Amino acid sequence: MSKFHISTTVNGEAVEYLCDPKQTLLDVLRDELNLTGSKEGCSSGDCGACSVTLDGRLVCSCLVLGVEMQGRSVETIENMTSDEKLHPLQQKFLEAAALQCGFCTPGFLVAAKALLEKNPNPTESEARYWLAENLCRCTGYDKIIRAVLETAADMRGSK
Amino acid sequence: MAGYEGKSFKWVGTRPVRPDGVDKVTGRATYGADMNLPGQLTGRILRSPHAHAKILSIDTSKAEKLKGVKAVVTSKDFPQMHRGVLPGDEGVNFHYLSSNIMARDKVLYDGHAVAAVAATSAAIAEEALALIDVKYEVLPHVIDVDDAMKPGAPLLHDDVFTTGVNPKPDKPSNIVQRVHMALGDAEAAFKDADIVIERSFKSKAVHQGYIEPHAVVAEWSEDGQCRIWCSSQGHFMVRALTSRLLNMEAAQIRVMPAEIGGGFGGKTIVFIEPTAVLLARKASLPVRIVMSRDEVFRATGPAPGSSMDVKIGAKKDGTLVAAVGEFRFQAGAFPGSPVGPACMAAFGPYALANVTSAGYEAVTNRPLCYSYRAPGAPLSSFAVESVIDEIAQKLNIDPMEMRIKNGSKEGTQMVYGPKLKAVGNLECLKAIQNHPINKIPLGPNQGRGLAAGFWFNLGGQSSAVVNIAEDGTANIMTGSPDIGGSRASMALMAAEVLGIDYSKVRPIVGDTSSVGFCEITHGSRVTFATGMAIIQAAEDVVLQCRQRVAAMWEVDVDAVKWEDGHACPAGANAGDQKPLSLAKIAAKASRTGGPLVGSAAINAGGAGPAFGVHICDVEVDPETGGVTVLRYVAAQDAGKAIHPSYVEGQIQGGVAQGIGWALNEEYIYGADGRLQNSGFLDYRIPVASDLPMIDALILEVPNPGHPFGVRGVGEVPIVPPLAAIANAIARATGARMMDLPMSPPKILAAIDAKK
Repeated sequence: MSKFHISTTVNGEAVEYLCDPKQTLLDVLRDELNLTGSKEGCSSGDCGACSVTLDGRLVCSCLVLGVEMQGRSVETIENMTSDEKLHPLQQKFLEAAALQCGFCTPGFLVAAKALLEKNPNPTESEARYWLAENLCRCTGYDKIIRAVLETAADMRGSK
Repeated sequence: MAGYEGKSFKWVGTRPVRPDGVDKVTGRATYGADMNLPGQLTGRILRSPHAHAKILSIDTSKAEKLKGVKAVVTSKDFPQMHRGVLPGDEGVNFHYLSSNIMARDKVLYDGHAVAAVAATSAAIAEEALALIDVKYEVLPHVIDVDDAMKPGAPLLHDDVFTTGVNPKPDKPSNIVQRVHMALGDAEAAFKDADIVIERSFKSKAVHQGYIEPHAVVAEWSEDGQCRIWCSSQGHFMVRALTSRLLNMEAAQIRVMPAEIGGGFGGKTIVFIEPTAVLLARKASLPVRIVMSRDEVFRATGPAPGSSMDVKIGAKKDGTLVAAVGEFRFQAGAFPGSPVGPACMAAFGPYALANVTSAGYEAVTNRPLCYSYRAPGAPLSSFAVESVIDEIAQKLNIDPMEMRIKNGSKEGTQMVYGPKLKAVGNLECLKAIQNHPINKIPLGPNQGRGLAAGFWFNLGGQSSAVVNIAEDGTANIMTGSPDIGGSRASMALMAAEVLGIDYSKVRPIVGDTSSVGFCEITHGSRVTFATGMAIIQAAEDVVLQCRQRVAAMWEVDVDAVKWEDGHACPAGANAGDQKPLSLAKIAAKASRTGGPLVGSAAINAGGAGPAFGVHICDVEVDPETGGVTVLRYVAAQDAGKAIHPSYVEGQIQGGVAQGIGWALNEEYIYGADGRLQNSGFLDYRIPVASDLPMIDALILEVPNPGHPFGVRGVGEVPIVPPLAAIANAIARATGARMMDLPMSPPKILAAIDAKK
């Protein structure tokens, strides 16, 4: 099985890689590019631990093939900090204890960031339905939802 | 041990950011599957498609010849283990354990491993699996526990003879054991009851549902040294079991604890680690095995399904006079169900003079049943708390008043042996009784449910080291995997004893060659027992500092006290000395005796039992039978909450899992004995939109067995939710659900049956 040469953009940087046609974007990120922040919990698009944004849209990277990435742009959890600073969501997750084992956390953060970019003032219900694509087994979601809503309020206040 | 009674804490009880937090919100934290060593191969496991079959032959020759395949193993590569349990093996049957990891003569469940390969890519490894030819002779199978206990049921093992019965059976059966514990004479006491209610309950197997699948990287070197990176609830457990299963010396194996992406009891035993080591040895290259979600569901250690009968008698005023429970649990393909703990915990919230708690466990053609958060207790408690609620309903008594009237408390004799010391059962009940939720009016189709829960908690062996750096900052190390924030609580306790800022303490989880033995992270033991080791190791440092300063000041060590991170004169006899900070003492270490290293290795007794009381409001849709949880409040006695946010997190997480168990989650088997819902789409765990906020109330009745009063908090939160939800549904609909999960079709049928 010969490999495909793909030129794409990952976290704002031009990247080239070889991948076989069965490899998912998640496989490529983790195994070819060593970006292991995106996690594999199910490889069927049910758990959201591999959430990334693809051309600005929130997707499960386990449901995208590596060969589909030609000319496109993906952003992962590794690109969430800037200027040596945590994103307000990352900071709030820490302060609000919105993580326990932390395995689902990158996916939640990527998904929550996408939510706040689309809707800076979500209701609790909107946040719960948006984040229903992300499974967490440790927290019961309480502190995660609170952290997202509080971050949204903080970010609106600082604008 | 220094007395901390009545002490006001500076760090304990605060809510700082956890030490491992930034790595976890940035994606840097390294979990089991994130290791990537040079030359690393991909391991894959071939699994049985049959529930029960004899293995006639396994031909791996084609797979071995495939380009890129570097190793293939089957059970032939695993050393033969002694049949039965040897003294000193702490009850572990290594023949069974080995046979679960790689099937020997028979496959005993859908998903049972039969062979494994390591190859240069995942695609090649998968191609190789397809080339392995296994010939099976399919045998009749048994999935349900009641069926497995019947005479004439398909027999899984020829060496299982029921224990705990008299006379000892001379024929093998699927019934592994009978457990029995009693106080007084329950059957005789029922005659004093004004009301006796007896009900039967059933439940399906459920999975812990940790989001991180099991993962391991193993490396073997030619001198026989082996290194393993894996996520587990106990890397010392991985070392001990792997060394025994592969006839290796423990010290030749170094197990590195990866971050663990959830376990809840499911990562307290090995499934893939020894296989990875064998593949790495054969290939002379590192091998990584990562389970797929399908493998996690089919071939790890879910919690058992059950069949249970509970009979309780009470006086008209609600006083309980007698109770009997019989709990029958599936054991999976090998013995190991938690029916013993289920019997112990069933009646924990009640002071009962006449009680019998008995249980059976039977092997079935399912994956090994293993631990899941307060193993067994959610099931037995579901049955007991449902009957208690029905008695209160029938007697027209407030279910809260009935629980307070009969509640276990300090001095209560428990059916499993001990008398309770100070516990918080009544405190939790009263906290819920006084909670504003009780004043919220309920609408149509809504109901309010109450349930109490008990879990005994464990202590056990732990080691800890406190290393003081030259500037007075501290690196602290234990061997307990941090599954939910325990590094934060370790650092808080060390900061408290040392008297330095929390930010100056950096905790890590050491590997098996770096730190002393620690038992697995289970039984809600880490903050209690490993925390006790950290406290003692920090006290060791404090004592050394006082001794060194005493030598400098040329006084007796008793003349130097430790206060707020400083050595100070204890009285006038020490002279007019200025306090010396830990940093100053550390700077002089080379001239006062060398490095400041404190350590402790303990076997902690005195674990304090945990109680939790939950109340919830549900609404049942009469058209669909769907249940919405509107409100949920959980009160729990933490003894002393070291980091309250993570105590709340344990409570909220346990409640969410309990709600899933109550309403959605179940293993579904087809007539062919194959699992039909081995993914998160069809095995649906609660998602954010399924749940309300979960109000966690922490109460603190200090555990007399811990210097800070800590009692374990991780498990009891999953005990009450099953009954709390069932009791709420009963009050909303008039239909009492006795078969878990309480899924919409069952509830609809129950509502229709009442019409």
